[in-house]
Amino acid sequence: MSGAGTTQAIAPAGKPTRTHARSRPALRALPPWAAGPAWFVAALVTWRWPDADDFPDTTTLAGLFAGIGVALLAAAALRRLSARAPWMIALGLGFAAWELVQAKLLLLPRPFFGTPQDLLDVFLTDWKRLGDSLLHSLGLLVVGYTAGSVLGIATGVGLGRSRRFRYWALPIVRLVGPLPPVSLLPLAMVLIPSNWLASEALMALGSGFPITVLTWSGVAAVDPAYYDVARTMGARERFLVFRVALPAAMPQIFVGLFMGLGMSFVMLVIAEMLGVKSGLGFYMQWAQGWAAYPNMYAALLVMSLMCTGLITILFKVRDRLLGWQKDGLKW
Amino acid sequence: MVTHPAGRAAPLGIQLRAIRHGYQIGGAFKPVIEDVSLDIAPGEFVALLGPSGCGKSTLLRLVAGLEPPHAGQVLADGVPVTGPGPDRIVMFQDPTLYPWRTVRANVALSRDIAGRRDDAAVDAAIEMVGLKGFERAWPHQLSGGMAQRAALARALVNDPRLLILDEPLGKLDSLTRLTMQTELLRLWQNRGFTVIMVTHDVEEALLLATRVVTFSPRPAGVISDVSIDLPYHRHRDDPRLLALRREILVRLGHSEDW
Repeated sequence: MSGAGTTQAIAPAGKPTRTHARSRPALRALPPWAAGPAWFVAALVTWRWPDADDFPDTTTLAGLFAGIGVALLAAAALRRLSARAPWMIALGLGFAAWELVQAKLLLLPRPFFGTPQDLLDVFLTDWKRLGDSLLHSLGLLVVGYTAGSVLGIATGVGLGRSRRFRYWALPIVRLVGPLPPVSLLPLAMVLIPSNWLASEALMALGSGFPITVLTWSGVAAVDPAYYDVARTMGARERFLVFRVALPAAMPQIFVGLFMGLGMSFVMLVIAEMLGVKSGLGFYMQWAQGWAAYPNMYAALLVMSLMCTGLITILFKVRDRLLGWQKDGLKW
Repeated sequence: MVTHPAGRAAPLGIQLRAIRHGYQIGGAFKPVIEDVSLDIAPGEFVALLGPSGCGKSTLLRLVAGLEPPHAGQVLADGVPVTGPGPDRIVMFQDPTLYPWRTVRANVALSRDIAGRRDDAAVDAAIEMVGLKGFERAWPHQLSGGMAQRAALARALVNDPRLLILDEPLGKLDSLTRLTMQTELLRLWQNRGFTVIMVTHDVEEALLLATRVVTFSPRPAGVISDVSIDLPYHRHRDDPRLLALRREILVRLGHSEDW
């Protein structure tokens, strides 16, 4: 045993070896091939154990679990499943437990706690309306957030580069920016004839503020020598803004874009629950009104996937644009 | 633009006429440069020497056109300098490479600003400073010496008529510094531009320059202006050089310390 140990110790550190990944005890206890069977357990519980009540789609759900189990077994056989295996095992067993507790034994109060097949049924029967709501939400979000980003970056650059712009704009930014955009909602609904436009305006305002402040701080922190270098080579203001200030401030700007995106999620849900008659927020409101809790859970799941998907896209863009940084957070 | 026989732009002559300059610090005006007049002939290698914080770097900023002087005139070949221009390139103490650009894109900066691509000139500049093979590296991956070489390539790609050096070797380790001094000298001899270099290293000034101008502590004024007509390559232990070194240190008020 000492022989193998010594060889490992003097092996070059640069090459990651498989032993390295396996040596963590918590993960070694959960081998990849166990993921498939975990989902088979879920399928079996769903299929063979009689339901406590008349639930829809029980057989379909069992089939779905079994299908995932087969896919995971195949992935394990092809060695494509290693890092995710523990999560897959936990998910399979988690579904089995949920199925057991609620669909088979009814241990939690209904209708607030649904069963997995209730959720599946919503997706199978109401996917069209869910998809439609998702598209409406995305549309509302993209327009407001894009407007807020452009506005925020432009204002931030102006604050950072122009003394005159700062003189006139800063008091306005300081007065309006910190105000939670929600507080302007009643006013906006009255002043702006369309609910959609009012929501977009507030979303742009809400996401624009953090983007403004962080762009400004990024531009203000640019090493003045960077400008000198470009100026001695004959650069004009346009080059200094777009090719020096903006790229130099980009790390900060992305922090602002991230915070602004979170703010626009908040404004999205508020707008859809209070005024706009479409989208996931509106769907949830409607589902709650009809006590259709599975629909609400389904909409929540879709919304969560949408939000995390958008943040993932933002971080991918960031990783691409900021590849020059020594190290960065990985989402 | 006047063209040299070798196909290069002719070196630039600089005339400083009764320059006064200063800054507003805490409500009070602090003079930094007090009545400086200098004539720098085309092709000269002039070292500006003086205690740190005496205003030498400010003088360079005026020559580069980054700031206008409060009083007096900066002339380039007899024409008043009104702003920065690509024929007068500054190299700072820090490499000031843009961290978001690769080495190659940094060297190509002046081409991007001018809006014309010239891959051959960029490649030639990179090769000249010995950075071939590092074109795609990011600045944070370079050592201090390599970064300063990249900055030198960036300055030279534009074929400047005047190279303004603000202690460009000040932060390098002593060995890298020796190599870079030799390279600077070789470039100046081959390309024939004018060089104005600020340094606080007497030895460096004497090894490289054809003329050493010494400044008093702030506000800066010229206290001595010596031509160094020793042939290159000069040796550090040349007795004539040592005598000049002693003379300059005495003028700077370090009669005992050298």
